[in-house]
Amino acid sequence: MKNPLDSVLGTIISGLILTFVLYSFVKHFVLAGV
Amino acid sequence: MEYSLGIFRWLHILAGITWIGLLYYFNLVQMPAMKDAAADGTAAGISKHVAPRALLWFRWAAVATWLMGAALLGPNFASAFGLQAGYTGIGIGAWLGTIMLFNVWVLIWPNQQKILGLVSATDEEKAKSRRVAFLASRTNMMLSLPMLFFMANGLTHKALIGL
Repeated sequence: MKNPLDSVLGTIISGLILTFVLYSFVKHFVLAGV
Repeated sequence: MEYSLGIFRWLHILAGITWIGLLYYFNLVQMPAMKDAAADGTAAGISKHVAPRALLWFRWAAVATWLMGAALLGPNFASAFGLQAGYTGIGIGAWLGTIMLFNVWVLIWPNQQKILGLVSATDEEKAKSRRVAFLASRTNMMLSLPMLFFMANGLTHKALIGL
């Protein structure tokens, strides 16, 4: 499997996915008291 | 007190623009340009005259951004890094920024010194350094997206995004 960081588009998509994952983590686990 | 926070915020954003602006310059302009320049034999100009200057501003702007951010957090520094209630959003941003600062000084700069010939290295070491520095730089570009989301919204506008 190709590393997504090898392309600019793959890097941006990875960053957007990570943003969503971290936001969901904070919203549903950290703020909800786990 | 309000004046000092305003100054810290101003300097944090100024240094942050310099740092992240140069990060995007490396990823969006210099890396693809180096490939083309290597093909027509003009890469030495970038390696000798452009990259060292860009890296100088890049790594010290990273330090200034972190220090001004820490000063801005002030007594709330531990609350942010501890992801305490009310500081979760800005805390995530602060952690991402800290990881990025680590990447700059521990992975990107030492390997760039070998690539640019500022410290001696074999061709094999240079090839390995190229890959490590490239991936660390791309990792920082990836991390900059959530970092900026949480920095921009995590403290003053946290209610707007439900944090």
